[in-house]
Amino acid sequence: MSNTIQDIDIADIRKITGLVYSKYGYDFRDYAISSFKRRMVRVLELGGMTVETLIKKLTDHPAYVNEFLDEITVNVTELFRDPGFWRLLREEIIPGILLNNKEFRILHAGCSSGEEVLSMAILLKEMGLQNNASIIATDLDTTILEKAKSASYLLKTMDVNEKNYIRFLGKTKLKAYYEEENGKAVFHHDLLKNVSFRKYDLVTGEVFNKFDLILCRNVMIYFNQTLQNEVLKKFHSSLFKYGYLAIGSKESIIWCDYANRFIVVNQEEKVYKKVRD
Amino acid sequence: MSKYNLTSEYKAVVIGGSAGSFQGIIKILSVIPEDFPLPIIAALHRLKHVRHGFVEVVSLKSALKIVEPEDKESIRKGMVYLAPANYHLAVELGNYFSLSTEDMVNNSRPAIDITLSTAAYVYRNKLIGILLSGANRDGGLGMKNIKDKGGLTVVQEPSDCMIDTMPKAALSLTSIDYTLTIDQIIDLLKELYQQYP
Repeated sequence: MSNTIQDIDIADIRKITGLVYSKYGYDFRDYAISSFKRRMVRVLELGGMTVETLIKKLTDHPAYVNEFLDEITVNVTELFRDPGFWRLLREEIIPGILLNNKEFRILHAGCSSGEEVLSMAILLKEMGLQNNASIIATDLDTTILEKAKSASYLLKTMDVNEKNYIRFLGKTKLKAYYEEENGKAVFHHDLLKNVSFRKYDLVTGEVFNKFDLILCRNVMIYFNQTLQNEVLKKFHSSLFKYGYLAIGSKESIIWCDYANRFIVVNQEEKVYKKVRD
Repeated sequence: MSKYNLTSEYKAVVIGGSAGSFQGIIKILSVIPEDFPLPIIAALHRLKHVRHGFVEVVSLKSALKIVEPEDKESIRKGMVYLAPANYHLAVELGNYFSLSTEDMVNNSRPAIDITLSTAAYVYRNKLIGILLSGANRDGGLGMKNIKDKGGLTVVQEPSDCMIDTMPKAALSLTSIDYTLTIDQIIDLLKELYQQYP
């Protein structure tokens, strides 16, 4: 049984996030408390550490920070998670973008291990649009970005992924897109040829480009409301007028300062369109 | 009528359930009046790809307003909140929810332990935790957290459960104030209702 009992003081969490920010520039100070606390407890347990030894390790061993980032960020996702969302993209959102532009740009913000990027690549390939899209996928965790680039996942996760793909009503079988090697499903690298992976921190990074579609699903749930508000402003600046923003089905932007610069395209799947600069 | 020695100090009721708890939950929610003075927060194991149906079914039977909360949604009395499929549901200081897609806990997402433990952290001794029928041990640790913070702990009487693994896990982990049948749990909630003006 996993241990959700061990407690860690908010004051200790502040000490650690303060250190990580001042020494390494990663800003977790406005992450949502309860999930961040669980992640911290997990880091301590995995390393058999106390708060003091963790602080010492972060202070004395700069190389450890990458491991820390990998443990502290949530990297659980699926291919075609919420199949209805992916059907909506295929049937409404992508056709909507094509009305104005034949070539378009997509941003996956907080792409984690790359399942959503790969889902997008498969969707575009099935629509015959692979060469019309350029995709940028970002995460602050370099370890997970390497995993995303490799596009290979444990075969035992393919059951869930295949079921999602069937509900997405894809054109073939998910198996058509990967080869089995050493207990892994290795997806055809051709799928990611128009994807560029970048290390980028949503919290501290500057706006760097404009996009027709931004996907950031189940990422901002790990932020507090102050930070969600700031990140939504960045997304607003990173979208062309009439560009689309997709967030997780249980997320909301309704109370954010910039909410009235967007309209709801689909309430169920939480897709918004920027309508005002 | 004060069988259970309840007061009007409580701020929330959390309910956990898994296999065999569905009928019990429906029965409980169908008799609670719409002006119930506390929020009811339910974490139930459910199929991850079935996003709809449950809220609709319960709504037909219950006078209460039932919703699957969104991330950062405020917690209000007289509402029933149901953990959404494939998300963990946590209670935050400041009396609002947060959701997460972290790894499963006890092979479950939503995990009852996460909802119960975070609620215990926020509401401390002003929380009532109720754990119903279920086939795994999820929720046991959460009930222990509720007890450790001084809250009131209630499990469904094992002989009243379709599958008693879950309440038994809680009984082995911590001291449980009341071990009750579904009908007695309803009595307890009615008594609780009467404590509030």
